[in-house]
Amino acid sequence: MSEESNGPNKSSTGPEIDKASDREGPAVVSRRWLLLKAGVALNGLVGLALAVPVVRYLLAPVRKDSSYKSWVSLGDADGFPVGETRLVSFKNPWTQPWDGQTDNVAAYVRREGASQFTVFAINCAHLGCPVRWFPQSQLFMCPCHGGVYYADGSRASGPPERGLFTYDYKIVGEQLQIDAGQMPSLSNSAKLVNISSPAKTSGNDGDCGCRG
Amino acid sequence: MPGMKQSGRRIYDWFEQRLQVEGPIKDAVLHKVPRNTASWWYVFGSAAFTLLMLQIVTGILLALVYVPSAAEAWNSLNILNHQVPLGWFLRAVHAWGSNFMVAVVFIHMAQVFLFGAYKFPRELTWTVGVFLLLMTLGMAFTGQVLRFDQDAYWGLGIGVFILSRVPWMGGGLVHLLLGGPTIAGATLSRFFALHVFVIPGTLLFLALVHVWMVIKLGINEWPMPGRLVRKSTYIAEYNQLTHEDGIPFVPGAFWKDLIFSAAVLAAVGVCAAVFGPAGPGGQPDPSITQTVPKPDFPFLWIYAVLSYLPPSMETPFILIAPILMIAGLLAVPFVASEGEKSWHRRPVAVLALASVAVGWGVFTHLAMNTPWSPHMGAWSGDTLPLEYLREATPLVRQGAVIFQAKQCRNCHSIGGHGGERGPALDAVATRMTPDQMRYKVVTGGGNMPAYGKNLSPPEIEALVSFLETLHPKGEPPAFDASQQAAQSNPAPGGSNTP
Repeated sequence: MSEESNGPNKSSTGPEIDKASDREGPAVVSRRWLLLKAGVALNGLVGLALAVPVVRYLLAPVRKDSSYKSWVSLGDADGFPVGETRLVSFKNPWTQPWDGQTDNVAAYVRREGASQFTVFAINCAHLGCPVRWFPQSQLFMCPCHGGVYYADGSRASGPPERGLFTYDYKIVGEQLQIDAGQMPSLSNSAKLVNISSPAKTSGNDGDCGCRG
Repeated sequence: MPGMKQSGRRIYDWFEQRLQVEGPIKDAVLHKVPRNTASWWYVFGSAAFTLLMLQIVTGILLALVYVPSAAEAWNSLNILNHQVPLGWFLRAVHAWGSNFMVAVVFIHMAQVFLFGAYKFPRELTWTVGVFLLLMTLGMAFTGQVLRFDQDAYWGLGIGVFILSRVPWMGGGLVHLLLGGPTIAGATLSRFFALHVFVIPGTLLFLALVHVWMVIKLGINEWPMPGRLVRKSTYIAEYNQLTHEDGIPFVPGAFWKDLIFSAAVLAAVGVCAAVFGPAGPGGQPDPSITQTVPKPDFPFLWIYAVLSYLPPSMETPFILIAPILMIAGLLAVPFVASEGEKSWHRRPVAVLALASVAVGWGVFTHLAMNTPWSPHMGAWSGDTLPLEYLREATPLVRQGAVIFQAKQCRNCHSIGGHGGERGPALDAVATRMTPDQMRYKVVTGGGNMPAYGKNLSPPEIEALVSFLETLHPKGEPPAFDASQQAAQSNPAPGGSNTP
């Protein structure tokens, strides 16, 4: 009695199992191991079955870009003067009630002609910071890493590999609509483009502008 | 009194009989460590653990008030700052605790590296330590997101743009990171889960594994030049060292840990009381473009590196460099598991550490000043030094106005004010002739946009005549020698020259 009560206190339980296995013979022991393996396998199976819905749940946000996007109105097309670039904001079409202010999205609308628009995302093509429009010098400047773009969205200087992202647009009735709903980034809005010696191309542009 | 002591002893025994922790704790506390490890150099690990405890406690306290909802998080932080009594102090302690924890973890790692403590048999301790470092940085980043102000929003945006560069799965990874197509409610919820459950749980577990290994393998002995680590003999040598010249960990070495931890906690408290909480900055409304986002201190160096990379290097660097860095850190104990521990005989290690430290310092310093960013308000806010305009002609004055109005000042400083993206123009006339200036303004080049389309020829003329006046008093402006020669010495045949 006293030996048994001391057992679990002081000595490890290892040798006792050995003793038990000696008593019970190899057949009994191997059956026990088999049952243990069955237990492990059963847990693995149940775990796998439960993992499938968990993985599906975790991957729920991964969807096609098109399923997130829809046409959003930016207001009356005539509200945008020809030859000017204006900052507009709109409600993101894909929202949850607890999004708060984050569903305000901004864009720059540049009207080139009666029915010709370019709608730029405000996100710098380098790392997504919000670019600012300077109408005096006709440049977009990024406050983060110094990316600069011309009025037509093409890259002027700094680290961006490409010009500003643009939204698809259409005019419905009097309304200017854009296909929005997703934060523009290099994986969805456009692929990387190679810049062939920016100094040269911009130089030509500059010359032409000067002569014209 | 003796009766009380006896009943206290009985209660202790009752618990001990059931818990049976006295033995393992005594073993851990009294295990012998080499006498010379009772050094002030060996206190950073325990300080990091203390800070982790502080972060857990203050984090739980903040969670009593904080609302992890995109619509309410920013408001709840302001209520913590301004309405909840001493809420600002709790926020400040948590923020400064985070800064101190990142710093102490880095110092601890540098010390371990310098002392060769990662060598056999402590390779796995180092490996776990690398993951602890990554998780500490992960906590710092997710914590910045929970602040949910403009810096948090646009910092996440940078994360989006980094992930979006991953080939093929970039788009999917962005959706996973954000919990949807944009930074919104779902994003904050998942960063809350990461910051409060996933990362700290793993961090605490790994920290305990780390400490377990430190206790089981013994504290690294003080490195002596010439005492080489060999896998075949090290354990015996270490045991002999602790046997002959060892002292019990408590109190021999532990009192320094205690005092240093208390000092670090006090420093966190003082910084929190003096400097206050971090933010929140502007409200997380992405339609507000009047913002200059900046990451928190631990990530400033990355911010600087990203602005200096040439465009063609961006994607390969962003995708490959972190993998190489982490792989390099993990490889350290396996590449050099034996040999010298002393820094006196490891010049490459010392040099590597010094280079990393200097590089980190330089990039962090640069990121604090951001010389690559245009100063968004320079054109409208910075004044021109009076002496530059004192005897100026109307044309020069017109040029000065154009210089300001066309945002040239955002990138070029004059009189020490303005952007630093381009060169300062106080002495530009000594470097460039008027023709060269005209060409540069019209065509741009390098990091300068071309202004040919945005300036009329009269504007360019006025601007250049202003720039021509920018030279120190005793220093004449640059001139085109060939033009001067042609004017003073007309070629024979006069007007027929091509």
